[in-house]
Amino acid sequence: MSTVEPGTQTSIEWQPRVSRRGFLAGLAAGSLILAGRASGLSVLSREAAATLAFEPDLFVSIAPDGVVSILAHRSEMGTGIRTSLPMVVADELGADWDRVVIHQAIGDARLGSQNTDGSRSVRQFFQRMLTAGATARTLLERAAAQTWGVEASACQGGGHRVTGPDGQQLGYGDLVGLAQKLPVPAAEELDYRAPETRRLIGHPIPQTDLDAMVTGRATFGLDARRDDQVFAMIERSPVLGGQVKSFDDAATRAIAGVIDVIELPGFEGAPGFQALGGIAVIANSTWSALSGRRALKIEWTESEHQGYDSAAFATELKAAAKESGTVWRNEGDALTTLQAADQTDVFAADYYAPLLAHASMEPPCALAMVHKDAEGQRTSVEVWAPTQNPQAAQAQLAGTLGLDAEQIIVNVTLLGGGFGRKSKPDYIVEAALLADKLDRPVHVTWTREDDIRHDYYHTVAAVHVEAAVDENGMPTAWLQRSAYPTISSTFVLGLDQASAGEMDMGATNLPYAVPNLRVESGPAKNHVRIGWMRSVAHVYHAFAACSFPDELAHRAGRDPFEYLMALYGPARHLKFEGVEYSNDGETLEMYPFDIGRLRHVAERAAKLAGWGRELPKGRALGIACHRSFLSYCATVVEVEVTKDGKLSIPEVFSVIDAGTIVNPDRVHAQMEGAAVFGATLAVHGEITAKNGVIQQSNFHNFQMARMTDAPRKITVEIVDSTELPGGVGEVGVPPFAPALCNAIFAATGKRIRELPLKNQDLSW
Amino acid sequence: MKTETLTLNINGERRELRDVDPSTPLLWVLRDTLGLTGTKFGCGMAMCGACTVHVDGRATRSCVTPVSSVKDAQVTSIEGLSENGDHPVQLAWKAHNVPQCGYCQVGQIMNAAAFLAQNPEPTDADIERNMAGNICRCGTYQRIRAAIHTAAKEGK
Repeated sequence: MSTVEPGTQTSIEWQPRVSRRGFLAGLAAGSLILAGRASGLSVLSREAAATLAFEPDLFVSIAPDGVVSILAHRSEMGTGIRTSLPMVVADELGADWDRVVIHQAIGDARLGSQNTDGSRSVRQFFQRMLTAGATARTLLERAAAQTWGVEASACQGGGHRVTGPDGQQLGYGDLVGLAQKLPVPAAEELDYRAPETRRLIGHPIPQTDLDAMVTGRATFGLDARRDDQVFAMIERSPVLGGQVKSFDDAATRAIAGVIDVIELPGFEGAPGFQALGGIAVIANSTWSALSGRRALKIEWTESEHQGYDSAAFATELKAAAKESGTVWRNEGDALTTLQAADQTDVFAADYYAPLLAHASMEPPCALAMVHKDAEGQRTSVEVWAPTQNPQAAQAQLAGTLGLDAEQIIVNVTLLGGGFGRKSKPDYIVEAALLADKLDRPVHVTWTREDDIRHDYYHTVAAVHVEAAVDENGMPTAWLQRSAYPTISSTFVLGLDQASAGEMDMGATNLPYAVPNLRVESGPAKNHVRIGWMRSVAHVYHAFAACSFPDELAHRAGRDPFEYLMALYGPARHLKFEGVEYSNDGETLEMYPFDIGRLRHVAERAAKLAGWGRELPKGRALGIACHRSFLSYCATVVEVEVTKDGKLSIPEVFSVIDAGTIVNPDRVHAQMEGAAVFGATLAVHGEITAKNGVIQQSNFHNFQMARMTDAPRKITVEIVDSTELPGGVGEVGVPPFAPALCNAIFAATGKRIRELPLKNQDLSW
Repeated sequence: MKTETLTLNINGERRELRDVDPSTPLLWVLRDTLGLTGTKFGCGMAMCGACTVHVDGRATRSCVTPVSSVKDAQVTSIEGLSENGDHPVQLAWKAHNVPQCGYCQVGQIMNAAAFLAQNPEPTDADIERNMAGNICRCGTYQRIRAAIHTAAKEGK
């Protein structure tokens, strides 16, 4: 396997130009281009290519020399998806991995969703990739059968060749000429390899871009370069919604290298994916643009969010979480049961988690150029960007610049981290607006300060939980109320209620066997752009839902793991009758909410961690389990807390059941990373605001877990499963913070209900 | 702003820089002027290590290093660390499949290479202390630690 890599340090031709046309044109003459067989014109003309049906073989082609080209259409931000999905195609095709070349697709709706978030790439495209591989293999087998005059059913593709009934063999490349002339098989004519004969799926395969990444040749959005490009830095309003009242750029224009200063209008209505607006400094280098920006004098208008103070807001939010609100799930009668219970058997707890920034190591950045005709009318826009969602970028740019989505070519570079931030194309819009004004390629880079002060923040949340318990300490009633500004408020002005989609992430779908259960949400206004970050609402919902059972267990004098098992009840599929529950868009028949699988990962993690082993005071284990993105994960965290409150995390034990997995090495890597991501948010993560202005700005005051304080050892087990694939990338994050805080309680007797831990005194 | 002409010794070559603001951080000279984009920007204040290069063999944060301060030094960026990506640290990084998104890894590799040159048999504690300045948001620390031990063994 190889990738098409940049020819020089400054070229990014390899990734960007792979439009469907570019993909076809870049292949050797005479290649077996499955989708292109319907019309040879597709190789010659973008218009003709656009008329082709979305055929199941759009993703693969084979050249006469046997080289197999596979289109990677999801964005690579560190999950290894640029390796995993092509592995599925290659395995089903029976291709040798070292004769596979991977091309990155541009944004193109015909490829299906390219919105790389929600931990769904493998779930939604596993079968699709199998079909692509099987289609190509079937054609090659039929071509071989015709050549030898035998039945196609007696011919088997594999090892990059077809083998006939008498052991005769023809290489894939040799069969391309004939295979090209055969009709594409219908879906029902395809047969698939038995899972046990797979050679790639389920095996650890090094990631596609490994060589490029360790040699500095990997091309990220920050590295995008075009001839004649300029560099831009934009000063944005410190308070969301502020407009430029006046500005003085005299000092800026005096700085060597500064080319221009351009005002970008603020967004209209809800921010959505619009550019924030501000003053852009254009220069011949990043440094000149930065220096020029520093010299700007700008006065901003007041905004409605001027009064936002995160400390006061926290008080409001906690109060809102205690009030009755929108009911999302109601089984039995939790309210009456709670009222009727002896109040010594009623226990309540309030959890709180602050705003967080994504802080991907590569900040938002993009390069854009706008093509115009002789009359100066825009004809197309081309961008190079680290984007999780190239089709959203197409739509936003098309709307902003008055073009059709097909006129927007979004070349997807590697992403230096994404975590949900790079699903939002506002920074790409900025680059395109400036390129349009300047008529030359413009590269916009956000500084770390820009990134942390103007993020689409992971929301602040308060969760109130209340339970009445029986003589064994098991809940007879459970009432849970959340309050948090909703992601929807970023897209529709005035929304102040949690959405079903957010509540479905760990609240509405509480997995506990409690006869009287009620889940509600309360109102909360937004004052910053709220977005989705790795694991989204699962983070704060799981913090409450996985901490509270630990509290109840200790209250009842029971072992937290044993208590959790009792709380889950017997293995069964949850029904959610009469409940509006989206199950990540899948039916409960295909993807049941399986308590048996949840119990299994919990049991495995407890065993792996040696649950119950004797540890000295100050050292202890905590457990949390959570289903998210249709997968199941249990995490046991081992903590050490010194008497004066210094926390370290010697080891983390995680078990994931994600159904069928493609690349176990990358699943391990995602789980290792999730523990570190979890440690960052639990220990350090906090964004605050005063007078509407975000108080943090860089890694000194918005800290990341480092090698010195990240979990020292992360041990992961993957459940061997043939179930349908679930998510991987986000699944390890939600249980981490509650497992950590449960461990801290066991070690110190201190119950942590507010994150981050840096604000808490852990001394004992 | 005053600009001058400087000569930089980069990856064994002498490169002349015309009309450069002498206070420009080395990072932006490498990336924007010389087209050496392997070195990354992460924070601009020496907090994350993504921009690490070698100046006379020492790991240096290029985002806060004025280019004028290194004009008499030998600068090595990732592009000059090895001919064919076969420095022991790079090989160890591949053997352990360290990178996830890959963005910070160049800085991690440059930091590890300089540190191993000084301390060829590091303990876990040595590694943690010397790598603490390099942030990996994807969380590859466990593999970085293992890869450094491997590189130490292989580099002997």
